[in-house]
Amino acid sequence: MLLQQLINGITLGSVYALIALGYSMVYGILELINFAHGEIYMLGAYFGIIFFGFLTMLGVTNYSIFLSLILTFLLSIMFCSAYGFTIEKIAYKPLRNSTRLSPLISAIGVSIFLQNYVMLTQGATDKVFPNLFGARGFYFLSIRMTYIQLFIIIVSILIMIFLRLFIRRTKIGKAMRAVAQDKTMASLVGINIDTIISITFIIGSALAAVAGLMVAMYYGLVNYFIGYIAGIKAFTAAVLGGIGSIRGAMVGGLLLGLVESLGGSYISGEYKDAYAFVILIIILLVKPGGLFRKAELEKV
Amino acid sequence: MSLLKPLIISIWFALLFLPFKGLKAALFFLIILLLTLLLFNSLFRYKNIFKDPLQKIFNLFEFNILTPLYESIYLRYVLFAALLVIPFFVKDYVLDVAILSCIYIILALGLNVVVGFAGLLNLGFVAFYAIGAYTYALLNTKLGIGFWSALPFSMLLTTIAGFLLAIPALRLRGDYLAIVTLGFGEIVRLILNNWDTLTKGPNGISGISTPVVFSFTFYKLTHFYYLLLFFVAITIFITKRVHKSRIGRAWIAIREDEIAASTIGINTTMYKLYAFAFGAFWAGLAGSIFAAKMQFVSPESFTFMESVLILCMVILGGSGSISGVIVGAFLLVLLPELLREVQLYRMLALGAGLVILMIFRPRGILGGKSASLRI
Repeated sequence: MLLQQLINGITLGSVYALIALGYSMVYGILELINFAHGEIYMLGAYFGIIFFGFLTMLGVTNYSIFLSLILTFLLSIMFCSAYGFTIEKIAYKPLRNSTRLSPLISAIGVSIFLQNYVMLTQGATDKVFPNLFGARGFYFLSIRMTYIQLFIIIVSILIMIFLRLFIRRTKIGKAMRAVAQDKTMASLVGINIDTIISITFIIGSALAAVAGLMVAMYYGLVNYFIGYIAGIKAFTAAVLGGIGSIRGAMVGGLLLGLVESLGGSYISGEYKDAYAFVILIIILLVKPGGLFRKAELEKV
Repeated sequence: MSLLKPLIISIWFALLFLPFKGLKAALFFLIILLLTLLLFNSLFRYKNIFKDPLQKIFNLFEFNILTPLYESIYLRYVLFAALLVIPFFVKDYVLDVAILSCIYIILALGLNVVVGFAGLLNLGFVAFYAIGAYTYALLNTKLGIGFWSALPFSMLLTTIAGFLLAIPALRLRGDYLAIVTLGFGEIVRLILNNWDTLTKGPNGISGISTPVVFSFTFYKLTHFYYLLLFFVAITIFITKRVHKSRIGRAWIAIREDEIAASTIGINTTMYKLYAFAFGAFWAGLAGSIFAAKMQFVSPESFTFMESVLILCMVILGGSGSISGVIVGAFLLVLLPELLREVQLYRMLALGAGLVILMIFRPRGILGGKSASLRI
């Protein structure tokens, strides 16, 4: 029972971690809580259903499930990145030099807009993702693990390793870290700030798309309001680990997933959604910098 | 050349739209968008013709030529008289909308204390509204206490809740604060939803009695209208006085620059605490009246969207300005009623409107320059 809940928690946690990475990267660079990020995750799930349905219609799924899944992932990532890119250009870029609260309110506006946009075009009812793996799974040390859980955990781990390598080793990753440290200095050494910010949004949205699509496969049901609560939880995960830190987002996501699944089964299932908020408030009180970041003094 | 840019933009958006409604709708969308953009482009060429009159209109707001108009004492008397006689001329439906606007005006004025005066973003304001409503509902249905005796209790309780939330929240910077208040709002809603033995969960509490004054029971819409007019007047009067007082000036100093405010000896933590509690106080009032008017409360009325709606009222009219907030609350209640046919698109427009407002007029419609003095 305990081990079973651990597996469920890790699965859930890796999804939170993927979304949290997007929050963390954007916050690290712009100091903006990208409220619309949860909606990108929701869009990812919807795109998954739409494109998989489209491929089924074309008959690709009959030919090869594997190929159609890869195509679905690619298309979903492409479109979500495009949405992330566009949102940044429309709603955040014009506000870059305004007060701190304006971009946040603008982000709430984007979030409301996207939710209703999806509801109006796709309907308010639950959408179903076809059950590909069935309930098939295997036993490992007497715990039952489904293939889809294994898939989610492996994909998340791979993505996080690649992201870490990308940010540590590549030139763009280096530029991203420079912009996060000091925008003015970064632009003085010839880094195009706008491009880096766009790339950050694109990568974050791509990760959210993967998370959304995997959740659609895991639960099989998708609704237009899943983005709000998942977004808040992922943000909690990012804060828990220390916002702006990649490693923190991963650890925070996993911890939150574990707390939620253990708390949900041992304390009370009804308050499952409240745990994230309680953790958030406690963390901000006790260690506002999160687990992996030193608290900073506000500069004048 | 001038055609290329609009074309690229419309193709891009049509592509984004494509997966949702298929090829036909996307093509239709592309053509509409292209035509709109071209129209705007051609209008833009003649911008100089429009520029001067537009600038004049904006100047009206900016330099407050309108201020003497709405601050003139005669206009106020006329307006007040008009508000008093309205119930004799209109249908029940209009009165209902007026009552709803009054409740939201009290709420928006309360949130305005936190957001507009002190500059702290509170995304969980609806929690206080809920606490106020449920306190009266429970006191009334469980213990049989009347409206006027329960009102001080529920206002006191919401004020205490405001203090309790503020104590942890005030250690945080702007955007963290926003998220913590949001979390608080969600926790309160979840408790109301799940504590079945006390709140009856999602079914809500019904059979709440209406206010009674000297054996005169409020039951008609007209009665509630006058009651609310009375409370709105009190709210406006007190918030205005507090705004002009030492506390209000301290809030504005904190909003404009917290570090500077603390260097001139303002205890920023204390004053922020006051702002939270004082804002919550009004939410308690609005909540109790809401429960008494509806005679029914359920967690459904207190969602995050409600918080966002109240926040929109504050920033639409111009956060910090009392007349602006009243106009904002009134507009946001009235517009959905007028646009009943296109109700589905209401929230879509609200979302887009927030973004546009933030980009073009971050200080709101009536915000102007009166909200703060820049050197």
